Amino acid sequence: MLMKLSIFAGFCAALALASEPSAIAIHNARVFTGDGAALDQATVVIREGLIEAVGRNVAAPPDAWVIEGAGLTVYPGLIDGLSTWGVQQNAPSGPAPHARGPEDRPWTTTWISAADLVQPSDRRIEQFRSAGFTSAVVFPTRGIFAGQGSVINLAGDKPGQMVVASRVGQYVSLMSGSFASFPGSLMGVIAYIRQLELDAEHYRLVKTAYEKNPRGMQRPEYDRALDGLLASPRLLLPANRAVEIKRMIAFGAELKQPFVLYGMVEAYRAASELKAAGIPVLVNLRWPERARDADPEQVESYRVLEARDKAPSSPAALANAGVRFAFYSGGIERPRDLMRAVKRAIDAGLPYDAAVRALTLSPAEIYGVSDRLGSIDKGKIANLIVVKGNLFEDGAEVKYIIVDGVKYEPVPEPPQPAPAERLPTGGEDR
Amino acid sequence: MRRPGLAVLCAACAFAAPPTVIRNATILTVTKGTIPNGSILIRDGKIAAVGTGIEAPAGATVIDASGQYVMPGIIDCHSHIAAESINEGSVSVSSMVGIEDVLNPESIEIYRALAGGVTTANILHGSANSIGGKCVVIKLRWGKDAKRLLFEGATPGIKFALGENPKRAGSPSPSPLLVGRPLRYPATRMGVEDVIREAFLEAKEYQALWREYRDKIARGENAIPPRRDLKLEPLVEVLEGKRFVHAHCYRADEILMLLNVADEFGFKIRTLQHALEGYKVAKEIAAHGAGASTFSDWWSYKMEAFDAIPYNAAIMMRKGVLVSLNSDSAELMRRLNTEAAKTMKYGGLSETEALSLITINPAKQLAIDSRVGSIEAGKDADLTIYDKHPLSNYAKVQKVLIDGEVYFDRDRALSEQLQKEAEKQRLLEKEKRQRPQAGARRPS
Repeated sequence: MLMKLSIFAGFCAALALASEPSAIAIHNARVFTGDGAALDQATVVIREGLIEAVGRNVAAPPDAWVIEGAGLTVYPGLIDGLSTWGVQQNAPSGPAPHARGPEDRPWTTTWISAADLVQPSDRRIEQFRSAGFTSAVVFPTRGIFAGQGSVINLAGDKPGQMVVASRVGQYVSLMSGSFASFPGSLMGVIAYIRQLELDAEHYRLVKTAYEKNPRGMQRPEYDRALDGLLASPRLLLPANRAVEIKRMIAFGAELKQPFVLYGMVEAYRAASELKAAGIPVLVNLRWPERARDADPEQVESYRVLEARDKAPSSPAALANAGVRFAFYSGGIERPRDLMRAVKRAIDAGLPYDAAVRALTLSPAEIYGVSDRLGSIDKGKIANLIVVKGNLFEDGAEVKYIIVDGVKYEPVPEPPQPAPAERLPTGGEDR
Repeated sequence: MRRPGLAVLCAACAFAAPPTVIRNATILTVTKGTIPNGSILIRDGKIAAVGTGIEAPAGATVIDASGQYVMPGIIDCHSHIAAESINEGSVSVSSMVGIEDVLNPESIEIYRALAGGVTTANILHGSANSIGGKCVVIKLRWGKDAKRLLFEGATPGIKFALGENPKRAGSPSPSPLLVGRPLRYPATRMGVEDVIREAFLEAKEYQALWREYRDKIARGENAIPPRRDLKLEPLVEVLEGKRFVHAHCYRADEILMLLNVADEFGFKIRTLQHALEGYKVAKEIAAHGAGASTFSDWWSYKMEAFDAIPYNAAIMMRKGVLVSLNSDSAELMRRLNTEAAKTMKYGGLSETEALSLITINPAKQLAIDSRVGSIEAGKDADLTIYDKHPLSNYAKVQKVLIDGEVYFDRDRALSEQLQKEAEKQRLLEKEKRQRPQAGARRPS
């Protein structure tokens, strides 16, 4: 009993610490609300984890801790649009099970939700939070239908506190297995996805009919793969090359669910098609580069060389065409590299504001959570960052990060891990 | 929303495009003889007139083909180019997959085949399965997107395969890399027949299920539609004559087996692919109404190819089989004209007969002969211009037109080559100069 009490007391103390002070006001700062023009000499008031007020004529409440914002800019917290930060990947158990066709549901775990895999101890959470990321849309990524993504805030002691939305989209990859197990080819994967979509539609039909009147009707067989697919508000389909982008636009149009494309290396060649189709996209910030262990003698095609050269211009092309897009980290390990990758897109013609939007309001809109995240707006979750200098520049300094109304200070970026391979690889310096 | 508008716009510009005249050429029409010193008038992508004494209308683009030869664009009835996967080898019946889903209009193989005079190709699934995936007929419209490659209105196909390839996965492999791999039925020719028969029994049940459902709906009853099965749907289409079967085969016995199974289930084999022993059962093939698409002189590359003879095409043709020659190879595809020429030496075919093996005959096999395969007024302007007679080893493709549009021009290709090389070199240099980017780690 005593122990229970003390745990409870400890918990309360933690809560009290986290929610202290009762309000925060950032005073006299430049506020980049994320939606519309920036406000100069404005104030943002945060209370109980939410944004209470924002504007030029807003006064700091008497009970608020005041952050003097002169010379600083407040941005909405950055969002990684497709991430694995803080997610314990669903480990494959043993060798891949042999599948004899779509009925064996190969590489399918539609029912898994990233929200159930969140691990607050993942060191990447603190690292990227320190760089200004306050949320991420995290996914299980292993499999053809890997599972449901969730929006999480990048701070908290318990997974439950971190989750903002538990089901925002199904991660689909076009991975194929060996020659021996279905699907063993790209066209096999595509056929499988198509069949699963049809099966889900049929399942819904039969289940609805059964629920209405089970008497005299054989009960439909329970299928968690189909239940998981039906519970997905949208599908994420991969597409990098222009050929793939056009292929997935056509394929996605066949499907019953809305979809989002991710990858986008050659979006600079397919922006008008994306615009015409009205498909939002997620752009991988890990720009393609020559493999570090590539054979120096290897002759690459013009198309591949061009894609490596022009990929960072894809965001600008998308912005010009009016396609809704968000950025994602694509496994970039160091926050500074991630910021530099954004800078490359800006150098390739993307307006600064559009770059910020692709990391704030756009991902929130794409995943249907812009009513609570993505901009500094009254009533939304208090996720924001206070920055000295321009984001994405090497000299930018993130002063404070506020997640769910709680203020954090950045921890220094850990020293660069030593490269595993010290031998010269041949290709890189030539 | 914009798409239809654009399409209309493009149709309009095609309409407005000036006519083209190819003149002073030796025209090998294939179906209407040879016209020396003739002209072809092309309007709106179609052949408007063929003959001598055709005046070029005002504003027409004129291609002077003095001393050159024009033949119908070559049609390859068996190719695997321009696809990003070929075999779904995991299952014995892979009819749920289709080449159309994985076409790659930017595959350089398309351009190379075009440079060899090919304008249309039947892109087949591989031969790993007794019943393979769905196939598509494409025009080699290099530079257009995947949708525009499709031969509009061509009957879709499906690949079947008999013999060694589909049964190989049923036997333990001698390769140490494949030890312990799960074996896949069938392992014998008997098993291949069984797989096909089982699949069609299943397809008939499926067909009946849907009929029953449609009948109920027609009677005004309430009914839930059956589950759609993407594996069985194409087989029902085969039963209903809406999808052509292109069956990979070698030996005479398996050819007869397949024709019997098809007769039993009431469908047709549209083409026998390879059919290297077709000469042994040519009458039976002709009686079934199947076409045969074979090699000129490939043999002995595996056991079931030992009885092949270079007279195969000619013998089958004389016995009344509709015969074509195919490449089954991105490389051979570029010189199907000389493949056709071999049948004059082996089998004594005439020039026109030899040319028909790579033009009008494959067009008939694919049921696109009202559109392509010969040079006749009203057909698509799919034309290949050679500097010498195409049945000569020395002939080089000069220009290739599809729908009246020049898709390959030898002079232009050669002159652009240097510029393209330079552009590539520039990109390589630029990449070397670039500092390492995001995600890259290098010792500091």
